Amino acid sequence: MVRLFGIAIGAVFCVVLLFAALSPREATEVDPTLAFHEHPKKVHWSWDGPIGLGVFGGYDRVQLQRGFQVYKEVCSACHSLNRIAFRNLGEIGFSEAEVKAIAKNWTHEVPTINPDTGEAATRTAIPSDKIPLVYANEIAARAANNNALPPDLSLITKARPDGSNYVYSLLSGFADVPANFPADRRPEAPLHYNPYFHSLAIAMAPPLSAGQVTYAEGQPEATVDQMSQDVAAFLTWAAEPKLEARKRAGVGVIAFLLILTTLAYLSYRRVWAGIKH
Amino acid sequence: MSFPWANHYQPKHPFMQWLDSRLPLPRLVYNSVGAGYPVPRNINYWWNFGVLSGLALLIQIVTGIVLAMHFGANTLVAFDSVEHIMRDVNYGWLLRYAHANGASFFFIVVYIHIFRGLYYGSYKAPRELVWMLGVVILLLMMATGFMGYVLPWGQMSFWGATVITNLFSAIPVVGDSIVTLLLGGFAVDNATLNRFFSLHYLLPFVIAGVVILKIWSLHIPGSNNPAGIDVKGPADTLPFHPYFTAKDLFGAGVYLIVFSVFVFFLPNYLGHPDNYIPANPISTPAHIVPEWYFWPFYAILRAFTVDFILPAKLWGVLAMFAAILLLFFLPWLDGSNVKSNRFKPVSKQLFWVLMFDLLILGICGGKPAEEPWVRISQIASMYYFAHFLIILPIVSRIERPLPLPNSIAEAVLGKSEPAPANAAQPAE
Amino acid sequence: MTTVEDTTGHPITDEGVRRRDFIHVATGAFVGVGAAAAAWPLVDQMNPSADVLALASIEVDLAPVAVGQAIKLNWRGKPVFVRNLTPTEIAEANKVPVSDLRDPQTLAERTKEGKANWLITLGVCTHLGCVPLGAAEGENRGDYGGYFCPCHGSHYDTAARIRKGPAPKNLEVPEYAFTSDTRVQIG
Repeated sequence: MVRLFGIAIGAVFCVVLLFAALSPREATEVDPTLAFHEHPKKVHWSWDGPIGLGVFGGYDRVQLQRGFQVYKEVCSACHSLNRIAFRNLGEIGFSEAEVKAIAKNWTHEVPTINPDTGEAATRTAIPSDKIPLVYANEIAARAANNNALPPDLSLITKARPDGSNYVYSLLSGFADVPANFPADRRPEAPLHYNPYFHSLAIAMAPPLSAGQVTYAEGQPEATVDQMSQDVAAFLTWAAEPKLEARKRAGVGVIAFLLILTTLAYLSYRRVWAGIKH
Repeated sequence: MSFPWANHYQPKHPFMQWLDSRLPLPRLVYNSVGAGYPVPRNINYWWNFGVLSGLALLIQIVTGIVLAMHFGANTLVAFDSVEHIMRDVNYGWLLRYAHANGASFFFIVVYIHIFRGLYYGSYKAPRELVWMLGVVILLLMMATGFMGYVLPWGQMSFWGATVITNLFSAIPVVGDSIVTLLLGGFAVDNATLNRFFSLHYLLPFVIAGVVILKIWSLHIPGSNNPAGIDVKGPADTLPFHPYFTAKDLFGAGVYLIVFSVFVFFLPNYLGHPDNYIPANPISTPAHIVPEWYFWPFYAILRAFTVDFILPAKLWGVLAMFAAILLLFFLPWLDGSNVKSNRFKPVSKQLFWVLMFDLLILGICGGKPAEEPWVRISQIASMYYFAHFLIILPIVSRIERPLPLPNSIAEAVLGKSEPAPANAAQPAE
Repeated sequence: MTTVEDTTGHPITDEGVRRRDFIHVATGAFVGVGAAAAAWPLVDQMNPSADVLALASIEVDLAPVAVGQAIKLNWRGKPVFVRNLTPTEIAEANKVPVSDLRDPQTLAERTKEGKANWLITLGVCTHLGCVPLGAAEGENRGDYGGYFCPCHGSHYDTAARIRKGPAPKNLEVPEYAFTSDTRVQIG
């Protein structure tokens, strides 16, 4: 009985599916701009480790500090980094006094309430504060940026596929519109052509130019490529600050488990010695 | 239990005797997972996945309980509280990555456990209820996994919840009212998040309860085995402890190593980048996909593209639920009186065709709804239903199985034939 | 049959010898260590998180607190009383023989040198944790003119020392330091 019902129901599903599979498809137009998309350029990051597998290798503190400098002097004009507190900057090598100074001198202040009048007010930031928002809300952000929204960058490298390479490629990948690009799809002002951006037309103007940031003595030259890599590394840290602790723990845990599993295997073989199965 | 030759619990220590005569908990443990449970001696590494499923459930419950101490089930703070766990809570990153990847690994071991049951006929009499309780667990796991994925309140959380709850709108007449009831509003919002959190916390304990029922019902006939023949005497079995506790410990070690590789080195590999973008009710991501473990069923859902008497949407929903619910009837759809595919050459081939079919469905489910994936998923869905509902009932009746060994002991100790080649495949 | 077995399927080996087998002991030890190590993150996650620890100190401007007045602050989730003592209150506190006190402490020990008028204490009764009255204008300040806990009737004097009632200790003085003449950092 169950089998007969089963065959009947199965036949119904199969007929409907067959009907669907055989029904003609509407010709879908292939987006002519698809061919202009490029995958992010691969960078060998410090956290990829010596053999590139990502097992070992942490952050390069000096690079992160350069990246922070780029963020602070360039990106932070429009992009917030609101999940990072100033105190976190201690983790990339700034001293307590430096962190205090960075917080105190930050362009934007922390919103608060005037204790006497109860009205909205601002105060200077302290290390325990999150890096303040650039715009009070999305409407303000869009109003100031031709209706485009500069995303918060705290998680940007985890929120995009191949994020670190993507951020680097996007920043260093602005280009002129190729000559053979479909004329009706050419990005027009205020949009800019960027083959790494999902729509190829990004509202952000090329933010970096050579020498825009003055790196400290003894640091690499501030080329667009170098600054893009540095800020991408900094944002990778901002998105995944526990990467080093995670990998260290992972190496220890897996080494321990390998020994445990070997012992368990020997123990298992000992228990089963002479037993056929 | 039901084996006359099973070891009997005889507490040696006076305290254990005292306890056993008042609360026979040690006896229960001894008889369920101790030396008092005789297990077919020929079971292979694929039988490790039952215990591994239990381990995976335990990891989820433990990490979940501590994550709930820091999570805020409110749309205003849910995303932030997850980031707070990742950045500020001591070992929060470990707990959250273990929980997120633990869900995927739970499904991996359960799927392998199910495939083992399919291959060796573990669902057949007298273990129908063991199998059906397993399907109940699978359904509960899917509900739990789905609701858990909503909690971080990222873009995929929000839009996954929107799409899946909208499935119910396919139900004629009352569909829209049901969706409103499920959501507690007209769209996925705070009420939805809050009830999903409540249920996501509850269901794992329901799963644990069903697991106990399942083990209980398993212990009546005892475990199936690769030969699929019944245990006949003491020579066919070994006590669970120490033989299979030792084997399961080794299996657990291997499992934890693979799990750790993901938790510590590829923590976001099985996740989706869009879920690191806070939920935005007015902007849908370009390409919505559920978690990988739903992909085969998602492919079946989307395979129905054409209205055929009923609307395509309703067909898709019916088919997706039917694809899982048909497993309840499997013990009766399969009419063969031989369990193990080892002795059924045609069924064995069909099993591997089904595995390939599920792989194809899984790939299609993860792709955008475009050609050629839609047509491939239509053909693959067709095979899925045909396999369980048409081919299996017919083939199981007409296939002539190979001769079965007289007993497990005979098969293992090789009186008449060499031990089967795949008796002890190493775990992956 | 290549193995000698008894009827239960147990190979006939001495259970005791097998249990003492080094490899089993080593495996068991590793499982134990592993379980203990895995339990640590589950326990440690209950300790204060990094953001909570970062808020462990606050800075207060004392300038607006007039003589005879007190303010109530929130520090680490608990109330802190900052009182600007009047000369009379200081004199009263110093008059009490220390040996008469349940928790013997002089006012000088409870304030900073040269700042005897600034009495900074936690506003948490040492009995069972209620917030005593007396910091705000017009509240009952108890029999000794300091603070009064309404939960179980503990009376504190002008140096916030316990004088009467069930509380065992004086109101706790938190760790603090003057960063300037009128600014103080608590914690």
